Amino acid sequence: MPDVSSGFDVQARIAEIRTLAEAARDKKAVYGPDLDLSRFNAARDAESVESLESLEKQVKEVALGVGIDTKEENRSGTYFQVDRTPIYERVTEMYGGKLEIMSTAQALELYPELMYEKYYWRAVAPDKDKYTAQVALQPTEGYFIRVLPGQKIEKPIQACLFVSENNISQNVHNVIIMEEGSEATVITGCTIHPKVREGLHAGISEFYVGKGAKLTFTMIHNWAEDFDVRPRTGIVVDDDGTYVNNYILLKPVRSIQSFPVARLVGARSRAVFNSIVYGLADSYIDIGSESVLEGSGSRSEAVARTVTRDRSIVYSRGRLVGRTDDCKAHLDCRGMVQSPQSTQWAIPDLASEGAPGAELSHEAAISPIAAEEIYYLMSRGVPKDEAVSMITRGFLDLEIPGLPPALKRQIDKALEETAKESL
Amino acid sequence: MARPTPLLVVEDLHVSVSDREILRGVDLVIAEGETHVLLGPNGGGKTTLLNTIVGLPGYRVTRGRILFKGVDLAGLDIDERARMGIGVAFQRPPAVRGIKLRQLIEVAADGRFDEAMLADLVGELSLENMIDRDVNMGFSGGEMKRSEMAQLLAQAPDLTLFDEPESGVDLDNIAVVGAAMTKLLKAERAGMTKRAGLIVTHTGHILEYVNADVGHVLYSGRLACRGNPRDLIAEIARHGYDKCVECAICQM
Ligand SMILES: Nc1ncnc2c1ncn2[C@@H]1O[C@H](COP(=O)(O)OP(=O)(O)OP(=O)(O)O)[C@@H](O)[C@H]1O
Ligand SMILES: [Mg+2]
Repeated sequence: MPDVSSGFDVQARIAEIRTLAEAARDKKAVYGPDLDLSRFNAARDAESVESLESLEKQVKEVALGVGIDTKEENRSGTYFQVDRTPIYERVTEMYGGKLEIMSTAQALELYPELMYEKYYWRAVAPDKDKYTAQVALQPTEGYFIRVLPGQKIEKPIQACLFVSENNISQNVHNVIIMEEGSEATVITGCTIHPKVREGLHAGISEFYVGKGAKLTFTMIHNWAEDFDVRPRTGIVVDDDGTYVNNYILLKPVRSIQSFPVARLVGARSRAVFNSIVYGLADSYIDIGSESVLEGSGSRSEAVARTVTRDRSIVYSRGRLVGRTDDCKAHLDCRGMVQSPQSTQWAIPDLASEGAPGAELSHEAAISPIAAEEIYYLMSRGVPKDEAVSMITRGFLDLEIPGLPPALKRQIDKALEETAKESL
Repeated sequence: MARPTPLLVVEDLHVSVSDREILRGVDLVIAEGETHVLLGPNGGGKTTLLNTIVGLPGYRVTRGRILFKGVDLAGLDIDERARMGIGVAFQRPPAVRGIKLRQLIEVAADGRFDEAMLADLVGELSLENMIDRDVNMGFSGGEMKRSEMAQLLAQAPDLTLFDEPESGVDLDNIAVVGAAMTKLLKAERAGMTKRAGLIVTHTGHILEYVNADVGHVLYSGRLACRGNPRDLIAEIARHGYDKCVECAICQM
């Protein structure tokens, strides 16, 4: 990023962000249960490591469960944050000069004007709600990933946001910049140490997909039954750019509310959202996505598969806003309810704003597992519980394009375990 | 001549479906190594009989019983019956989203299949374009029957029930399905009983590819007639089911 001094007033913007955030300190989020933020302790510093191999065995195992390979095999780079501290950042030799990975705080030091003018708090508003305000007002880290123009990074970049202490609030602010013509796959795994019971993860993510660039972003969450999660994500896609978002949640959580918004400002820009959600125990899960189609010929597609068991509550939202005549978008949310105490909402939401030519459509369905499918499998000798688990797994198994095979295997394994455990 | 051991014995079977009595006293014995044919008008209860043997819920046995290998099937679940050796090719199998034909073949084989055997099966039944698709999802009529055959060959049941294996299948595919059925019915495994089968058919076309020993006509909830399957079909073609029941070739 050639930091040509643009004469942008960084200090004034910092003050502005602060003022906005101050005013939003107590602003409740539109969706999801409200949280008392004073309940959580501030995160403490963790120690940096020279190599991920030196991490505790338990940490390595849970990281693997969210797609983070601590051996860094088949990865182009890694960012690892524990609580509030980036403990490890590395770009493998092969990708040196093609890719930058650092903490967002470092990026702000390195590129202050550009960051504040164009990227930092530009896709997500600091005064959106009390969670963005908290991140804006407290010192935060998070990753900064930038793929240089024209660079195609074949191997995935991995980022792990790890919580090691009980009852802290982990605030992160991530920025990904895909320069013109670049391509990359980013796997973000968010998880906690097995000893952690409760806490909060508040994560701001701002992604910028440049002209003709492509970002495949896969996020795997694995929390605990008393853990709360409030991601806030904004994506801006330029001409001919493509953004693919895969979200996977297969373990219990106390509450999660997330509603990433992709602004397809560029001509022929595209966004794809795939979500796989398994509602277990007493999880309260409110997820969705919004695509705002502004660029001529922009396209969006959102596919969600949700299963509820136990006493879980799942909201599956999808919003498409067409603002240009030749845009086209489709939503497909299917839910399967597998327990009488669980609740599911499928909420498709379409709007055409001054765009009579916009084509927006949706398919939403909530249904039980089909008995005749269970019997069909049983007639081949499969016991009933295994048949239910196979069908559930099949229902949730979106054929997500662009997943590295090892990650695909991880997800299959997690799906299988979850399906088995919940029987 | 020693009578062959009976594999399936259906005795005075009465079955109701949502409070309507469909079967009213069916008696049927299929011995090891035998292939029987079941004929009868639409809605006569042929599928009902097969599904009752398979153990699908909704088919209520109100009288009589079914013995398989000497064991009363009452109270046994579908999967238990399958593991005892009962297989079925459904008339209209459901599509299952997210489950590949390959997976279903693997679970049906229950560890008896290796890669080479699977490759042979794919070749034999021309499953190349189906094996990695969601099972029955968008399969054509012929593809669906081939998929059923593949699963059954993997499962290798001792008694296979075929519900209209040739319906919706073109002539080339009937030969393929027929060959698979013959393989299923004639295969002998060490220490195993000789395989048996029950084939539901309207046209009898499949009998040009599969040898059958005896035919039955299911009429008014009973097996009304027994005889050579080809003769029975010819008789029904000429005089219809009503007359068939009183016909001369019937050996009842
Ligand atoms: N689930 C059900 N609910 C209500 N009626 C049913 C159900 N299943 C079967 N029946 C009825 O039972 C009767 C026998 O049906 P069955 O499918 O056994 O006939 P079939 O001999 O196989 O006919 P076909 O040759 O058309 O396949 C029919 O009248 C059918 O409508
Ligand atoms: Mg039938």
